[in-house]
Amino acid sequence: MRPAGAQPAGAPGPMDSRVLACAPCHGTKGQGAEGQGSLGQGTASDLFPRLSGKPAGYLFNQLVAFREGRRRYPPMNYLLEFQTDAYLRAMADHFAAQRPPLPPGAVPTASRDVLALGQSLVTGGDPARGIPACAACHGPDFNGMEPAIPGLLGLRPNYITAQLGAWRYGTRTAAAPDCMQAVAGRLTEADVTAVAAWLSALPAPANPDPAPQGSLPMPLPCGSEPQ
Amino acid sequence: MTAGTVLAPLQWGRLGRAALLATALNGWPGAASAQTAMSPNPAAPPGSTVVEQGEYLARAGDCIACHTQPGGKLFAGGRAMPTPFGTLYTSNITPDPGTGIGKWSADAFYGMMHTGRSPDGGLLYPAMPFGAYTKVTRADSDAIFAYLRQVQPVQAANRPHDLRFPYNNRSLILGWRTLYFQEGTYAPDAAKSEDWNRGAYLVQGLGHCAMCHTAINSLGGSSESAAFQGGLIPMQNWYAPSLTSNKEAGLGDWSIADISGLLRDGVSHRGAVYGPMAEVVYNSLQHMTDADTRAMSIYLKSLAEGSPPAPQPRVVRAEEGSLLMRLGRSVYDGQCASCHGAQGAGAPPHYPLLAGNQSIQMNSAVNPIRMVLNGGYPPGTAGNPMPYGMPPFAQTLSDDEVAAVVTYIRAAWGNHGAAVTARQANELRAAPLD
Repeated sequence: MRPAGAQPAGAPGPMDSRVLACAPCHGTKGQGAEGQGSLGQGTASDLFPRLSGKPAGYLFNQLVAFREGRRRYPPMNYLLEFQTDAYLRAMADHFAAQRPPLPPGAVPTASRDVLALGQSLVTGGDPARGIPACAACHGPDFNGMEPAIPGLLGLRPNYITAQLGAWRYGTRTAAAPDCMQAVAGRLTEADVTAVAAWLSALPAPANPDPAPQGSLPMPLPCGSEPQ
Repeated sequence: MTAGTVLAPLQWGRLGRAALLATALNGWPGAASAQTAMSPNPAAPPGSTVVEQGEYLARAGDCIACHTQPGGKLFAGGRAMPTPFGTLYTSNITPDPGTGIGKWSADAFYGMMHTGRSPDGGLLYPAMPFGAYTKVTRADSDAIFAYLRQVQPVQAANRPHDLRFPYNNRSLILGWRTLYFQEGTYAPDAAKSEDWNRGAYLVQGLGHCAMCHTAINSLGGSSESAAFQGGLIPMQNWYAPSLTSNKEAGLGDWSIADISGLLRDGVSHRGAVYGPMAEVVYNSLQHMTDADTRAMSIYLKSLAEGSPPAPQPRVVRAEEGSLLMRLGRSVYDGQCASCHGAQGAGAPPHYPLLAGNQSIQMNSAVNPIRMVLNGGYPPGTAGNPMPYGMPPFAQTLSDDEVAAVVTYIRAAWGNHGAAVTARQANELRAAPLD
């Protein structure tokens, strides 16, 4: 390492500066694309997710998956290609520790019936089809659970839809057993639309922290989440 | 069919991005545990000196970049290498007897390295850099072979290449070889120092730097006289700068310390590496000994010594220039100056300097345009484990703004690069990132 004198006077803390490359899409605090809908529905900005406050283990797993191409998004694959585990861990820890306020929930454009289906699936699942409630693992406040289950708030409906679709089609994968692949595979397209519409309209909870590890009994095994 | 149409396709000197941008497997955390990553077979006998030497030399040759898939098994091959003529798939070089090189002898391995022929006499496509590896000594080849013999065998059949007719006819390689392949072990230059000769041996041989840094002629070969003069890398759309001209990446007026820093750490006080060169530093160069890094630096510096640093005349025309430069400066002050400084001084090594930076003033503006569009991180290395990243601006800047800001940094502060058009910026938005 070179002398620390390279840091310009008045520059923010070192990690802030090192991860500036993330800021154009994810915001300086990892809050996600700025200004809800500012670039219109269906634009790329809808797909730049919130990172802040998600459990560090989850963020690290995603960074590694991007680096190794198991999760495909060329701009991310390119940026992370030659970074070490230790640095990816530091990036994950950095964004996990951020707590910028959540944006207001999206104003739902879906019909009342669609939202009702979304609420029902998200909070209760559909046992007949083997679909667990999102809340079972992601927490009653949807802040996720340490160390590797992500929070689901502050995400645009298009992002949620795209991720569930990516699992169904196998372009996004996680450590085996890949619980989300199993769950997404049981959802219909109508289910996905409904879940995304309801989740993205939720208000911010009082406490933004992820649930402690092991505090939620998980209905199915997940390779990413030690039980 | 003319010789040109037959041979032009054989521009193997420039591989597809995938060939050069291998992701390290097993999540190499850098130099410290890299040793472990490359010795994945706990049942293997403790490394003898020859095996350890072979592992080191395999790194110098960056075998892993092509012969390992991202996230795949070490040296099991199967990595797709897109070329303008179809896709090549790299071979399994683990010691599996059925699908790897388990039945090869050291003679056969050396024959392949030295002559570009497989043990059955078949001709290798020159994507395998045997034009460079022919310079490797028998002893070094044997050491690499000894190392490869004891990595974890992986049963994985080689995937057939997917080349279009007529490029799938291996006999065409004969013509290419006649013109461009010169067999022969590196011959030291008695007039030069031991360091210089060691550096030349590594750069010309295992390092196979000429695969990207030498221009190819219209017949798809590279001539000795054009060695290290630079060129665009097809498929990847990165420009591999000249190492012989101080107007490009020539290192003639760099200090040995800065060259060594660039090769070993990926950053220096004169510039940093991104794109394909980040791969080379990450997988190969950062693992070289200080002595070898210094030797390569001495040789590389000598390549451009005597090349005049004379600036080219500024090509930004006045009226066009003033418009572009005004917009460019406004974008620069708003988006770039907070890190790179209002006068382009940067804060090296972490925020590269732009004033006087050779790599942004080259005739080819491909690299600076790509950096503005896609951003990038230098590689994470033992010497620079947490690099600072350049943000991508493809989402936020228009083609006009990209062209203007790149023109500005190429022409401001005494820089002497030519103007860039919005069309150039637009075309590179589609350049592959993987």
